[in-house]
Amino acid sequence: MSVLVYTESENGKFKKNAFEVASYAKAVADQLGTSVTAISINASENDSLGAYGVSKVLNVSNDNLKTFNAKAFANTIGQAVAQENSTTIVVSSSTDTKFLAPLVAGKLQAGYVPNVVAAPEGTSPFMVKRTAFSNKGFAHTEISSDIKIIGVSNNSFGAHENGGTATVEDFSPSLSDADFSTKSIEVDKVVGKATIADADIVVSAGRGLKGPENWGMIEELADVLGAATACSKPVSDLGWRPHGEHVGQTGKPVASNLYIAIGISGAIQHLAGVSSSKTKVVINTDPEAPFFKAADYGIVGDAFEVVPQLIEKLKEFKAQNA
Amino acid sequence: MKILVCISNVPDTTSKINFTDGDTKFDPNGVQFVINPNDEFGLTRAMWFKEKQGATVHVANVGGPSTEPTIRKALAIGADEAIRVNAEPTDGFFVAQQLAEVVKNGEYDLVIAGRESIDYNGGMVPGILATLLDMNFVNTCISLEVDGSNATAMREIDGGKEKISTNLPLVIGGQKGLVEESDLRIPNMRGIMMARKKALNVVEPVDAVKATQDTKFEKPAAKGAVKLVDNVNDLVNLLHNEAKAI
Ligand SMILES: Cc1cc2nc3c(=O)[nH]c(=O)nc-3n(C[C@H](O)[C@H](O)[C@H](O)COP(=O)(O)OP(=O)(O)OC[C@H]3O[C@@H](n4cnc5c(N)ncnc54)[C@H](O)[C@@H]3O)c2cc1C
Repeated sequence: MSVLVYTESENGKFKKNAFEVASYAKAVADQLGTSVTAISINASENDSLGAYGVSKVLNVSNDNLKTFNAKAFANTIGQAVAQENSTTIVVSSSTDTKFLAPLVAGKLQAGYVPNVVAAPEGTSPFMVKRTAFSNKGFAHTEISSDIKIIGVSNNSFGAHENGGTATVEDFSPSLSDADFSTKSIEVDKVVGKATIADADIVVSAGRGLKGPENWGMIEELADVLGAATACSKPVSDLGWRPHGEHVGQTGKPVASNLYIAIGISGAIQHLAGVSSSKTKVVINTDPEAPFFKAADYGIVGDAFEVVPQLIEKLKEFKAQNA
Repeated sequence: MKILVCISNVPDTTSKINFTDGDTKFDPNGVQFVINPNDEFGLTRAMWFKEKQGATVHVANVGGPSTEPTIRKALAIGADEAIRVNAEPTDGFFVAQQLAEVVKNGEYDLVIAGRESIDYNGGMVPGILATLLDMNFVNTCISLEVDGSNATAMREIDGGKEKISTNLPLVIGGQKGLVEESDLRIPNMRGIMMARKKALNVVEPVDAVKATQDTKFEKPAAKGAVKLVDNVNDLVNLLHNEAKAI
């Protein structure tokens, strides 16, 4: 009856969101008076989950699962649910997890609520708060099915250490060829750079930058901050930047600690996708730009003057605070 | 190839969102409804399969009679036929069960849905649908080619993209990239006239369970005023000492 949490890893290392979802699962388990079991696939350092409230880790080591495969991963999680008799499953909001969670839901006839931003408001009835209308609102949603899946919104609950320890058990799911009927042929992924999904800081630029040749300073600013780079929709439509950088209602959602918007006007569709970021900074020549109404800090000024100054200042700051 | 495009009827992206009935319902007053943007990219890709590979394209929507203008728009863009399952789409699991019935009855080879609807952002209908039908599934799909029963897709991942090989029957959760923004079609007069004559079949829902229920809505708390500064020194100080963001 333990709460089952899927703790995601990449190349053997837990992702940041693994500790957040583990902490969330612990909060749910405390409400239900039970413990937390994690299912981890090809991760090392499984015992590190103990500090976040996990009592037991089901550790899967399987070479066929080295590359993410939604169906096979979903089936693995489903088998762990069955073994543990779990009725509550906690997952993240990463792209991979949003791929597999509906498959788990379909298989287990479970109610799945993604984009959840707080610990359950009650467990009988089971009630969670989630974002809706692309961050323009919140819904309080009751889950009435026997098995419940909660998708925790990125960076909404945080990771909380409580000094516990976890035991690690091997878990071998039984998988067949049918689980691999969708095959990965090639992965094209930036390495060693923060991604929009995981980064603490996102530096984003819009049409105000005039052309793709001016992105050097945006990349430099991102480098200094260890940030991911993003852009507004027209910038990716114009081919100035890759589609994967498009953020907003129809692009990727951003829920970073710090979002810096440069030469972005702040259209409603853009704001909808980035408003869950904790601190928002805007740099724009136009004091009337709508983004100033949604931001915490702003500079009315020309990006071509302000951004190079900001890079220099941050380099100084980093040197002092290193 | 027989394609079903699943269409969600959603508030236009510029809509201000309001709630009514003691904040228990979305208020559609004064809201313009459109084809969910992620579905529109998929529908446009389906038009390509129709024109280049002779596919038949149907669209399906689970919704009340008020969604018909949106369905007619999909017909005006070029879909051949439409099905409306006459039920309120209040739960993703319920909607997927309804669409599963449509897919079974229509014997579709390819189901194109959107990665998520921009209203309730559930993002679960295509995946649950694929599981119920035991069809292959690719989410956040940004390109799709079909050759016989082989399909090659590209999907967006955090920090890049992944090429995938699979087979029909297939469900995808699509988004921008399936076609470009500039490929989207605005229905012309001829399309609109023809759409009036195309079949829009209304079917009653099958018995299905609901797994979730939205009980109350709220709007985000109002934001405090922006702090304007006129130099980067002040900005860095505030970000470090006040916001603790760097
Ligand atoms: C269905 C639909 C979905 C959409 N989805 C999204 C989405 O997901 N994400 C998204 O971003 N948009 C989306 N949009 C587009 C959105 O409406 C806006 O058009 C877009 O966000 C504007 O991008 P921008 O701010 O880069 O450009 P603009 O609106 O052109 O703004 C450029 C800004 O740069 C400023 N500027 C100019 N020069 C400088 C300078 N030298 N220094 C500093 N500032 C300068 C200007 O004052 C201006 O405010 C969508 C639109 C539709 C219709």
